Amino acid sequence: MARSAARGTPLGQSPDPRVAVSMTVNGERVEREVSPRMLLSDFIRHELRLTGTHVGCEHGVCGCCTVIIDGKAGRSCLAFAVQADGASIRTIESVADADGTLHPVQQAFRECHGLQCGYCTPGFVMSIVDYLEDTPDPDLSEDAIREVLSGNLCRCTGYKNIVAAFRRSAELMRGAR
Amino acid sequence: MKPALFAYAAPQSVEEALEILASDEMARPLAGGQSLIPTMNFRIAAPSTLVDLRRIGALNAHAVEGDVIRVGAMTRQRNLERDGAVQRANPLIAEVLGNIAHIVIRNRGTVGGSIAHADAAAELPCMLVATGGSVVARRAGGERTIAAEDFFHFHMTTALEVGELLTEVRIPALPPRTGYAFQEVARRHGDYALAGVCALVTLKDGVCTAVSLAACGVASKPTRLAEAESALLGAPPEGEALARASDAAREYATAADDRQASADYRRDLASALVRRTVTKAAERARERA
Ligand SMILES: Cc1cc2nc3c(=O)[nH]c(=O)nc-3n(C[C@H](O)[C@H](O)[C@H](O)COP(=O)(O)OP(=O)(O)OC[C@H]3O[C@@H](n4cnc5c(N)ncnc54)[C@H](O)[C@@H]3O)c2cc1C
Ligand code: FES
Ligand code: FES
Repeated sequence: MARSAARGTPLGQSPDPRVAVSMTVNGERVEREVSPRMLLSDFIRHELRLTGTHVGCEHGVCGCCTVIIDGKAGRSCLAFAVQADGASIRTIESVADADGTLHPVQQAFRECHGLQCGYCTPGFVMSIVDYLEDTPDPDLSEDAIREVLSGNLCRCTGYKNIVAAFRRSAELMRGAR
Repeated sequence: MKPALFAYAAPQSVEEALEILASDEMARPLAGGQSLIPTMNFRIAAPSTLVDLRRIGALNAHAVEGDVIRVGAMTRQRNLERDGAVQRANPLIAEVLGNIAHIVIRNRGTVGGSIAHADAAAELPCMLVATGGSVVARRAGGERTIAAEDFFHFHMTTALEVGELLTEVRIPALPPRTGYAFQEVARRHGDYALAGVCALVTLKDGVCTAVSLAACGVASKPTRLAEAESALLGAPPEGEALARASDAAREYATAADDRQASADYRRDLASALVRRTVTKAAERARERA
């Protein structure tokens, strides 16, 4: 498509072509028409209004935008919505039960004071949920935990309580099995 | 929406992908997006069309076949890292992959994407050079196999031509009586290496009968440390021979001072990492004997 065609479009009106996408988000089927350049993070936040998925850096470094894409944690800022056509997505909104009962990972963050401002928390929770669902018997040494957490940045806590929350999450999830 | 406008295609076959790439020289393949999408978000890259390879099943398989591991370009880094058969055939691969970024990035990042992207500090290209691997590239007219040493030309520049698709990466299995090691130094865990060294050491009667050493991060492309290798050949992997090898590695660290490290520091790192990786590889060679 010619980029020149985009020039001269009135302000506020997007010249972008639309591509139909359909995917399952938190168990519900959604269908939308989006520009190919819409990031999955923006799709989740702006189109679906699921604002629990946060956006910090948009280049893959901070981890705030982590969601689970077809059973694997991934950065939603490093995927286009069109790439998720046909996919199944889980966001932080799906983690607690419908009645508000916290997921073991959320429960652990609460017990261990694993958050302060909470900006980074959805990303940490999604990374940990994905990892522990995949690895029922995780190595709980300090180094191994920090390795798993290394892809998420937190500017408040100093990580100590997040490491503790990871350990507690593993315990709670083991107990739940 | 930060990236510049582009058209999107998600073909089902390599042939279809090649057709789109051939019709538009500003079109680019999209693999895991873990390097391409950040550069598009910053508008450093602005391809006219993205050819998403995710639906092409043929690129998504990997298998150990005799003494070679054939890895389809779209194999996710994390899947290769966790594959038991691959680990048995060449445990170096998982050790190298563990140094790339973070689990969540490796969940999406592909093996072919990392090789095609060819960052001079990236771990996989360095491993491919050290193991003497190769890549398979396809274009509309045919297919060619390119040895790793001929593939990487410069920072983010490879032998791939516009419109050519990397379809497979071939990594040799670990030869008998051979130990391996990959180590790197990075400012933060998960960062690209300031310097990294990959070592393969084959021992017979305590003496090196084959040595392969490659470094990343220290030059404009992954580099074989030939002088360091010859210093070790025919000698035990320790003492004076190891000191000479470790010294020889300095000369290959040609990267200029940058914000992350000075040239001197990188020379020191190359030297220290040769010492450490050769020692580790030799230890593993003895364990395997
Ligand atoms: C926070 C962060 C940290 C990272 N740290 C590291 C690190 O420490 N070490 C490291 O090595 N990497 C690192 N990476 C990059 C990561 O490994 C990428 O996954 C990899 O470099 C590119 O693979 P990809 O599948 O994501 O490719 P993409 O980003 O989709 O593509 C990269 C480039 O290769 C081209 N390409 C892709 N596939 C093909 C193909 N089959 N044929 C021809 N061309 C192709 C694309 O057109 C594009 O130009 C990091 C990334 C992030 C976001
Ligand atoms: S917003 Fe996606 S990693 Fe920072
Ligand atoms: S709690 Fe504030 S950034 Fe982590």
